[in-house]
Amino acid sequence: MPETAIKPAPSGIARIFEAIKLPVGDPFALAGLLIYALFIITALAAPLIAPYDPTEILYTADYDLASDLLPGEDGHILGTTSLGRDIFSQIVWGARSALLVGFTAAFMVAFIGSVVGLLAGYFGGRVDALLMRLADVAFGIPFLPFVIVISAFSEPSIWNTVIAIALVLWRDTGRVIRSQVLSLRSRGYVEAARVVGSSDLKIILRHITPNILPLSFLYGSIAIGWAILTEASISFLGFGDPDAISWGFMLQDAFASQALARQAYHWFIPPGLAIILVVSAGFFISRGYENLLFPKLGR
Amino acid sequence: MSTLKPFLIRTLQLALVLWAVVTILFLMFRLMPGNPLAAYIDPTFTAEQQEALIRQFGLDKPLWQQYFTYLGNLLQGELGYSFRYRSPVSERIMLLLPNTLILTFSSLIVAYTFGILAGAWLAWKRNSRFEAAALPAVLATRAMPEFWLGMVLLAIFSFSLGWFPAGGTRSAGTSYESLWQLYTSANFLSHLFLPMMTLAIYSQGLPLLLMRSNMLDVMKEDFVTMAKIKGLSPSAVVIRHGARNALLPVMTSFAIAVGYQLQGNVVVESVFSWPGLGRELVNAVAASDYPLAQGAFLMIAIVVITMNLIADLLYTFLDPRISHA
Repeated sequence: MPETAIKPAPSGIARIFEAIKLPVGDPFALAGLLIYALFIITALAAPLIAPYDPTEILYTADYDLASDLLPGEDGHILGTTSLGRDIFSQIVWGARSALLVGFTAAFMVAFIGSVVGLLAGYFGGRVDALLMRLADVAFGIPFLPFVIVISAFSEPSIWNTVIAIALVLWRDTGRVIRSQVLSLRSRGYVEAARVVGSSDLKIILRHITPNILPLSFLYGSIAIGWAILTEASISFLGFGDPDAISWGFMLQDAFASQALARQAYHWFIPPGLAIILVVSAGFFISRGYENLLFPKLGR
Repeated sequence: MSTLKPFLIRTLQLALVLWAVVTILFLMFRLMPGNPLAAYIDPTFTAEQQEALIRQFGLDKPLWQQYFTYLGNLLQGELGYSFRYRSPVSERIMLLLPNTLILTFSSLIVAYTFGILAGAWLAWKRNSRFEAAALPAVLATRAMPEFWLGMVLLAIFSFSLGWFPAGGTRSAGTSYESLWQLYTSANFLSHLFLPMMTLAIYSQGLPLLLMRSNMLDVMKEDFVTMAKIKGLSPSAVVIRHGARNALLPVMTSFAIAVGYQLQGNVVVESVFSWPGLGRELVNAVAASDYPLAQGAFLMIAIVVITMNLIADLLYTFLDPRISHA
């Protein structure tokens, strides 16, 4: 049976790695994974790395407000904000909210998209028609305005933003997974499982799902970037969680405090670079997946 | 007839999508916390104004009746009164729509012109060091928050160098006899430049990457090999046979890009105080001006859905292999 897709894997963890096919062989993807590793460590060890509390208003040794310090002044690596908060500490703590938003939203996007795609592709007919029209509707919703309205009208919290992101972004994943399932459904080993009387649930879980997992991860890794960018926009526009220090919040703070007019580049450049690094890491990983899943593209 | 049918089906499907989005919009603004009347009525409106609005939008009726009144009003372009401007929402939106469209289309034209040329060039330079450096750079522009790019350009070119104004569409105190005169004035164009470049830098990645990969595909086709065998110069092969055929799918993506761009506009317009639909939406939401927020959202949704339809139809039209069975 040349079509057998699942090889029995030895242990649990090895099995997961086998299933999601982490593309470590691709230089792009490897760079992306290393960037993630760096930010994950930063987020986890934030209290150890950050020299100050990111919201604490700091004073100099002679009891002046430590405001608008340049990088290096008074031991502040990236300087301070105009309210006397340590910028480097904010960047470090910002990694937490960025990764939290990115990973949870991406998980929800990949999960909803995969379930929709599996159901639509496997059962076809009315289920398919209904779910794909739902995807059409999700494509018709202006994404950022929708997230803005939901975030503004609900309790300000990153979770509402995450949910709003997931409610729309599953659409691409759903469509792609559906067409993948359509082609898998007619494969010999799936037919064989049906003939021997396997239940639909068993066929979906055992024979189809393992084969679409890499695609789910491909779209999940793109969604991490979208979610982080979206959360940053929401915070920048002032609809974010006021209790969470995020990179978007830092940029809003800088923008509202006239950092542009005052040439405080040390204040608004670092959060932007941090966002670019994390988001491109997701894009790099997704490129690695593409090369792995569709080797003929070879680009 | 048979060629027309898929068009009709698709159009009908997207009309249904529009109806669904309109319904979601209704529920979003009706189920929010607080007074259900708040979606249309500001406490500072006079008693007669409140009465009139309650009657017009059926606000004293049950929710399902309000829904039908809402649909009926929408069909007549009736969106209610803005709390802050004390004027019909539709008027306000029609006033802002041109600014948003000018910003969107000018930035996309710049982005597509650059992206198509650079994409073809990169395909030509395949496997070179230059390509190896350029690709991650292009991906990184896609990873930038647009508003941050706007902030950086604003800080450098407006505040540091003083080359461009910091926001708005024209200098205070200037007036023009006609809209056409305004839009072609140096004053307006200098205000347009930075927000346009911000959106263009962000958007050029899509046409660039598409053009590049299409070129790589096309250059492997038989007719290109044939042209090479005929002894045409490399540039003639690339331009006349390669680029022309690779271009069509890129142009189709333009319609989709308009829809995406409108969303990016929301933040970029805010950074540059550009009086467009996106900034109005943000300000209206922040100020709880619900009728205006609904109207701006709806207008953006209509453009997005129309552009999705155009892209779909172009796609079907240009590539007969795709059908909507």
